[in-house]
Amino acid sequence: MAWVMLGRKVGMTQWFDGEGRALAATVVQVEPAVVVQIKTPERDGYAALQLGAGDIEERKLTKPLLGHFKKAGVAPKRFLFEVKVPDPTKYQVGQAFGVEIFSEGELVDVTGVSKGRGFAGTIKRWGFHTRPGSHGHKWIRRPGTAGPMGLRKVVKGKRYPGHFGADRVTVRNLQVLKVDKEHNLLVLRGSVPGPRSGILRIRKHDAQG
Amino acid sequence: MTGMDDLIRTVTSQFVRDDIPEFRPGDIIRLYERISEGARERLQPFEGVVLKIAGTGVNKTVTVRRVAAGVGVERTIPLYSPKIARIEVVKRNTVRQSRPYWLRRVTRIHKIQ
Repeated sequence: MAWVMLGRKVGMTQWFDGEGRALAATVVQVEPAVVVQIKTPERDGYAALQLGAGDIEERKLTKPLLGHFKKAGVAPKRFLFEVKVPDPTKYQVGQAFGVEIFSEGELVDVTGVSKGRGFAGTIKRWGFHTRPGSHGHKWIRRPGTAGPMGLRKVVKGKRYPGHFGADRVTVRNLQVLKVDKEHNLLVLRGSVPGPRSGILRIRKHDAQG
Repeated sequence: MTGMDDLIRTVTSQFVRDDIPEFRPGDIIRLYERISEGARERLQPFEGVVLKIAGTGVNKTVTVRRVAAGVGVERTIPLYSPKIARIEVVKRNTVRQSRPYWLRRVTRIHKIQ
């Protein structure tokens, strides 16, 4: 059962482990989530919790959504997402979850939208080599040949310049180094996709309903 | 969002120690590093002149140079690493640069004013 929380990337720093090694670490601020609706097999065909996270002004919501929050008696939330649970009767609408559902040492998967790099060339986008900047070279960052002449066409999927970044990226198996309940912070080992303050989806590996 | 760096500082403040004496570039310091040999742990000193202090917070590092067996050795060490047992200031010097790299050319480093 995969439990999901939303968070924002705060930034990167370093972390000393028990053996004195300095590890690369990312600080993530978890947005507290509130149960907005409970989906039951009888009514909805499956069992899940609909969670809301991140505060938003009322005027920015559509009236139908506002009514949805009013019915639940929950303050308006920016994001709605679902978590499947085996037994939805254990929860009630309005119940809140925070960083405390994570524990130090466990592994999580983090999904985010990578930094957009616009229209990028083959070197940045595909890791092509540049040609030497000197010794008579005329083209340094150009893509080179598109393929053999006898083929009379360019193979599909040929790596070319184009839009790069702003993709949905998941990084798996990041270790939780620290859970700071006071500030709703998680410290994860390694890096996560996206810019600072970018929204992230943090999935627990072994959450039980 | 404001104050994100403050959040990083609060969460990493547990590593920032206050038992490390103040020193400046040009000073001669001796740092004791914890070396574990199997089950045994001992302290190994490293004494030399401070060439560079870089970074802030947990990321602060210090570059120390010494001449060992005729070979110049420069080590850059995270100042708040738990492997550092303690740091002693051996001699305070006055240099005008924050990165006194010219000290590499000074042979009798302990003798300067």
